[in-house]
Amino acid sequence: MNTEEIIKALYDQTLAGNAPAVLELTQEALTMGIGPDSILFDALIPSLEEVGARFERGDYFVPEMLIAGKAMSGALNVLRPLLAETGAESIGTFLMGTVKGDVHDIGKNLVNIMLEGAGFNVIDLGVQTPPEKFIAGIREHKPDIVGMSAFLTTTMPMFKVNIHEITKAGLRDEVIIMVGGAPVTQEYADAVGADGYAADASTAVRLAKEMIKQRRDKVLV
Amino acid sequence: MHTVLRSASKTVTIGHDQPFCIIGERINPTGRKQFQLQLRADDLSRLAIDVEQQVQGGADVLDVNMGVPLTDEPALLGRAIKMIQSLTDLPICIDSSIVEALQVGLETYEGKALVNSVTGEEDRMDLILPLIKRHGAAIIALPNDATGIPATVAERLTITEKIVRTVEKYGIPLEDLLIDPLAMPVGADPESVKITLETIHAIRERWGLNMTLGASNVSFGLPYRHAVNAAFLPAAMSHGLTSAVMDARTPLIVEAVRAADLLLGLDPWGGNWISRFRAIEASKMASESARAEA
Repeated sequence: MNTEEIIKALYDQTLAGNAPAVLELTQEALTMGIGPDSILFDALIPSLEEVGARFERGDYFVPEMLIAGKAMSGALNVLRPLLAETGAESIGTFLMGTVKGDVHDIGKNLVNIMLEGAGFNVIDLGVQTPPEKFIAGIREHKPDIVGMSAFLTTTMPMFKVNIHEITKAGLRDEVIIMVGGAPVTQEYADAVGADGYAADASTAVRLAKEMIKQRRDKVLV
Repeated sequence: MHTVLRSASKTVTIGHDQPFCIIGERINPTGRKQFQLQLRADDLSRLAIDVEQQVQGGADVLDVNMGVPLTDEPALLGRAIKMIQSLTDLPICIDSSIVEALQVGLETYEGKALVNSVTGEEDRMDLILPLIKRHGAAIIALPNDATGIPATVAERLTITEKIVRTVEKYGIPLEDLLIDPLAMPVGADPESVKITLETIHAIRERWGLNMTLGASNVSFGLPYRHAVNAAFLPAAMSHGLTSAVMDARTPLIVEAVRAADLLLGLDPWGGNWISRFRAIEASKMASESARAEA
């Protein structure tokens, strides 16, 4: 296979969620001297973008999205240390967690996959994340965005609690805050003082990119 | 073991020797924008349509959830229960995770209600079980705790054991406890439904308890969800599931359940199955002749 063929194969196998093939092709590509950034930006990210687009259109289903994400993660484990060496910048760091009192994580995991697929550095705090863990995570990882997920009308009020605690800790201006989950609405997100809300994983990624860009543009002005 | 639920005038019995109990799930505003707006404006008219559809579809009990963000859920739930009890004689499953809402719901309800739900977390049980005891209601309990949804059968059974002991401690008869063995999306984990089925079997063997679960959960994220739900329920029933919170509007799923009743010896000589067939034929004939007249 030449470079073009192997990039194409990586794209196709990621789209098909074939994790062993993606891993093997990644190693093969590296052996051939293809740069880790090219593997990421020319094959994996476009493939996950296509997964997201198909999902949004209703042509792809949850299991297909999950296995595509797993395939990409396998490749990323190999690429991450190499990318760090080359100093390639991620498009942003996203700190994610399901709020305290809530154990639901399927939706959150789908958003993580799509964020990783778009080139974000995702740090997942898991389920049952108390405010102090969000705060410690912000201090440690300096994320651009903090994402909070809640699946229950009873755990949604934790958004407000978390945002209040983050503000009290003096970190509110350091981060963009996004919220989501089955019962969450734009109106609710506004009411609790979040910066962004998205109804599904693809929209969340698009919004995350936009908000980071807006923020960086603002800093430049 | 029989769990007996009552409205003012009707009794429904859940048990391993009884036809499966369909708890109609649609009286719930989650994910329904229009309905949420109506409820927030104190307009409960949509309830009548949802109730009618679940009753027509063959629900035995109605699950009522009024979880609308930014509203007074206890008051709304109380009003909804009052209204629904004026529309139907089916017993109600009062569904909320807000204790005050459960309290208002139980105070409003006429009869013996089912409550959805409590988890295996001690502080939740200490809040909710005294209410259940005081009102002589029945309760659905989920064998998960603060650490999340247990991935293995053994962990689910350990928490079930804790729930059983706590329910007994509060003087609630085990007949009034339904365990939810936790049905998770098979599209997110290929092993998840196998774990659920094994949990159902083990709970039946060990305690003989009645069980219920949210059936539509298994097909989340998949195409043609109804068929997946319709295949899941008979499998769960044959392992010992005695009721489910499910959408009664879909004939495919309701028929799968009623056929499984027949196949599992819960509808001897097909009495219910044949009556159902006759009722459907009669309504077809009626609508045909109405069309002919028009």
